[in-house]
This record gives sequence, C-alpha cells and structure tokens, in this order.
Amino acid sequence: MRRAIVGQVAGVLVTLFGLLVLTFVIGRIMPVDPVRAMVGEDATREVYDTVYRQLGLDRPVWTQFFYYLWDVLHFDFGTSIRTGQPVLEDIKRVLPATIELATFAIILGASLGIGLGVAAAVNKDSWIDHLIRVVSLLGHSMPIFWTGMIGLLLFYAGLGWVGGSGRMSQFYIGLVPERTGFLLIDSAISGNWEVFRSALNHVILPASLLGYSSAAYITRMTRSFMLDQLGQEYVTTARVKGLSNHQTIWRHAFANIRVQLVTIVALAYGSLLEGAVLIETVFAWPGFGQYLTSNLLIGDMNAVMTCVLVVGVIFIGLNLISDLLYRVFDPRTR
Amino acid sequence: MAQTNPILTVKNLSVRYGANAEPAVRNLSLSLGRERLGIVGESGSGKSTVGRAILRLLPRAQVTAEQMQFEEIDLSTASERQMLAVRGRRMTMILQDPKFSLNPIQRVGAQVAEAYRTHFRCSKAVARAKSVAMLEAVQIRDPERVYDLYPHEVSGGMGQRIMIAMMLLTDPDLVIADEPTSALDVTVRLNVLNILDGLVRDKGIGLITISHDLNLVRNFCDRVLIMYAGQVVEELAAKDLDRATHPYTRGLLAAQPRIGGTRQPLPVLERQSEWKTAGGAVS
Repeated sequence: MRRAIVGQVAGVLVTLFGLLVLTFVIGRIMPVDPVRAMVGEDATREVYDTVYRQLGLDRPVWTQFFYYLWDVLHFDFGTSIRTGQPVLEDIKRVLPATIELATFAIILGASLGIGLGVAAAVNKDSWIDHLIRVVSLLGHSMPIFWTGMIGLLLFYAGLGWVGGSGRMSQFYIGLVPERTGFLLIDSAISGNWEVFRSALNHVILPASLLGYSSAAYITRMTRSFMLDQLGQEYVTTARVKGLSNHQTIWRHAFANIRVQLVTIVALAYGSLLEGAVLIETVFAWPGFGQYLTSNLLIGDMNAVMTCVLVVGVIFIGLNLISDLLYRVFDPRTR
Repeated sequence: MAQTNPILTVKNLSVRYGANAEPAVRNLSLSLGRERLGIVGESGSGKSTVGRAILRLLPRAQVTAEQMQFEEIDLSTASERQMLAVRGRRMTMILQDPKFSLNPIQRVGAQVAEAYRTHFRCSKAVARAKSVAMLEAVQIRDPERVYDLYPHEVSGGMGQRIMIAMMLLTDPDLVIADEPTSALDVTVRLNVLNILDGLVRDKGIGLITISHDLNLVRNFCDRVLIMYAGQVVEELAAKDLDRATHPYTRGLLAAQPRIGGTRQPLPVLERQSEWKTAGGAVS
C-alpha cells in the first residue's frame, strides 16, 4: 500500500513536470510576439529592447525555463496583458464560477445519464431503450450554443422560470462579500438568501443544458458497460440464487461497472471544467472557458500558459481521484 | 433408480431463440426422481438450454412445453414471484467456470451467504456460520480464511467447490450441474466431482449433469440422455452406455481416445440428416 502511494506521488510529479515543459513550449511557440503585445505597434526600438530584456527573452532557453519553473513554484504566473492584473488573481475569480457551473452540471448529468443508461440496458430493444437512445442522440447532436439560446428563449424570456444571463441578477452584484468565489457558498455564508436564490436561478438552466449534453455521453457508455456485465455468467449465478431482477442488476451488475463509470464521469467533469466556452458565452457566464478563449485570441501569453497549466492540474487531480476510487471499488486493483 | 416419486417431469419441451430461429431444443421429455441423470451432447446440441429453460432463466426465448412440473409447481405457468422462491431454494444450478460465474468484486463467502440470506430470514452471523460449515463440507481447508477471499484469490478447483457450496447450501431438491468440471484441470476434476456426488447422494438430491464427457456421465450418473440437434436421440442406463444402439451415440463412443489404444486417427462422426427428424424415440 505504502509503495503504491509512493509510486502514485512520483507519477504525479513526473506528469506535472511534463505539463510544465508543455506549457513552457506553448508559450514559446505561440505565433504572437509577447513584447509587441505589451508595448504596442508604435513603440520605439529602445522601448522594445528594454521590455525584451525585462522579460528575459535574451537569455538561453533553458535558463528561461528554469526561471519559469522558479516562478511557478512560487505561484507567480505573471501579469495578464488583457486585464492588467496578476493571472493568479484572474483565475481565482473565473475558476470558481466555472467550478460551480460544472459541478452542478455533472451532478445532473451523471445521475440522469447513469439512470437512463441502466434503464436502457435492462430494457434492451424495448421501446424504453429506443426512447432513451433517441434522447441521448439528441443530446449529442444538438449544438450546445443552440440549445442554450432556445433554453433562454423558452425558460427565461417565455416562461420566466429561470434567471437570464450572468451569475445573478444585475441588481445583486457586489452585495455579497467574496470569500470563496463560489457565489452559492458565499451567499449562504453571509445568510443572504435572496442572492442565493438568484444565483441558483441563474445556474440551473446552463447547468441543466451542460448536464444534458454530458448525460448523453454518460448514458451511452453506461448502457454499453451494463449490457456487457448483464451478459456475464455471475449475473446468471445471482439469478439462480433466486435474487430478483432489481437485486441482480444493482447488487451485482451495477456494482461491477462503478470503476468504468468513475473514469468516464471524471473525464466528462474535466472537460466541463476545462471550460464550456460556448455555454459561457451564450449565458455571459464570467468563467474559465471565456477567460481562456479571449486570452488565446489576443495572445496573452502568461494567461494562456497558466490556463493550460490549470487544465492540466485539474485532469491530474481527477485522475488521481479516480485511481483512488478504483481501489475502493475493485479488489483486484488493491 | 427410484422413479416412484418424480421431482421433475418435462413433456415436449421446445425452446426457440427468436421467432424465426431454428429451435434450440425440440420436443424434449424427461422425468427425474431422486437420481442422477446425465444429459450428453456436443456443443450446440441444446443441452445447456434445457437446464436454463427448467429454471426459467431464458426471458428472451420462446419456451413451450406440454408439461413442466417441478414437485407441486407448474413451471410453465408459475409467476416470476413463485419462481424467485423456487430458484436458489429448491432448484439450483452449478455453472461451468468459477472464473466467470463468481462476482469478481465480492468476497466469496458473502456470495455463498447471499444464497442463504435470500431465502431464510437470519442474522449475518448465522448466515456466515452456515456458509463456513458448507465450505467445510466441500472440503475447503481453513474455511474462515477462504470466506474473506475474493474470487481472483482462489484456484479454479476451489472456486468450483465454492460454487457447489453456494448451490447446495439451501438444501435444494433438484440441482442442475451445467458442465461442472469442464473448466477445471484434469487433476482436480475427479476430486470436485466426488465431493458433489457425495453431497448429492447424502442429501438425496435429484441431479441433472449436463456434459459432453461420456466417461464422466458413465461414472457419475444413473441414467443418460443423448442429445443431438436439440432433441433426445437415445436414453439408457449409464452402465449400458456401451450397448447403445443409436448410430450417433455409437459414433460418439467410437470417437473417444483410449489409453493403450492404437495410434490411428480417431473415427470421425458421420452425421445423418434423418437423426434430426427421427429423434425422440424415447419417452
């Protein structure tokens, strides 16, 4: 067990180092001149050269990499050109918004997807299965920005059931002191339930739509995992023992697909965190996806490198968690 | 061959997988007392399907029978609820390969105990004690330790003995053993069969052994049904196997390798199309 943990930690460290190399390389090969992006088109030669040296770009590449490592280890990710603020501050602001949205979405998506997937597998080839497959195919094939707009038209403009764009009504912005950056948590801590309700109202539609599109994928995977297990002999054993359908499915077959489910749900969650750019744009959600995309478009090197690093760290973290859950769910991996 | 009080009576059982498919079993009839019946045939002859049809484990297949009576229960009309009370309690089945027939993520002891707890109200401790005793009865040394192992931690022979323990724990009246030893090493095969045979005789259980191994049924059964293409072509007492008259049975026997036999290639079975239509010669 101890050896496994040591191996795990070593693996994470190596991956992190690889990730840092990658982000560094991305920073160097981006087709943007970082100096020009800072000083502007009209700067003189002298100004350009001064900034060039300030950024350390006159040093050998490996020295630059060493400085980059040093800075990252001290949580110094530089300043964003676009916002003029330290990148870390920016990320602290946008990431919680996305985590809030993605977490909501994955909870909805995983419960819906797993439920539908199991139901489809158990009722294979019946009308239930066909219906679920159509629902899941729709979730796959409808572009999210389109469902976003239709959703806004229908549930916000038409029915008025949910809030519109942004994380809360304009009216409440700035009312709640920021502690964690998670609006739902912050408003709950300060006991401002009106803001809490407004935030919930705003997150529910984009989260449901994102959840639906993740559910589409999770449903299909769950269905095929489940069909695979239902065809196994131990399922026959369970039925021979006199277990009911329900007990056989959940106690035996479903218990055996948990490992696979953990993997795909973690991946789906990761890609949600990485930024649902389209839905964030449609809903004017000040999140990570928007931040990453707009910085990428103007070539804000420090910000992009840091965003890639954050995405990488998120995936490393999720992988670590799924590895741990494997050990819990499958005795063969212990 | 005490056939005075049949446990199971099947008349003209047919099974089809899908409406247009060739029937996997055609007009099969059998009757079983507290005895050991063998069903022998090649792969695809429908012998496994018979076992599963009797336990009503083929929800997707079309099963028809003139009569399917298990003690006082009419299997062809019994509700699923009735079947749940019968399956695992009075009628069980030993599956082929413990590598696949045990749930890989549950401790083997818990799986054995589950068979008991499904049908008897009792505390976990009682179920555990019963299971441990049963594991001991199938000659597992140190059953307390084995109880907490996972299927990948036990050998094939031990896995199959655990399977037998699981299926005999509830004192069933009928056990169907579906190729119980074909996945095992030759060296442990006999040992496992002897354990099963001993328990079945002690408890007076009706046993149907499904196999493709003629020597196995010869030694461990009282009576043998020979199946070909979904139907019974011949029925005889196990000791009379060498006096079989049907050309298919004779062909199977001739194709058996023998220690000390010649080194000539074994004869190959010449299949006759009339076997498919002329079958069911026995009741």
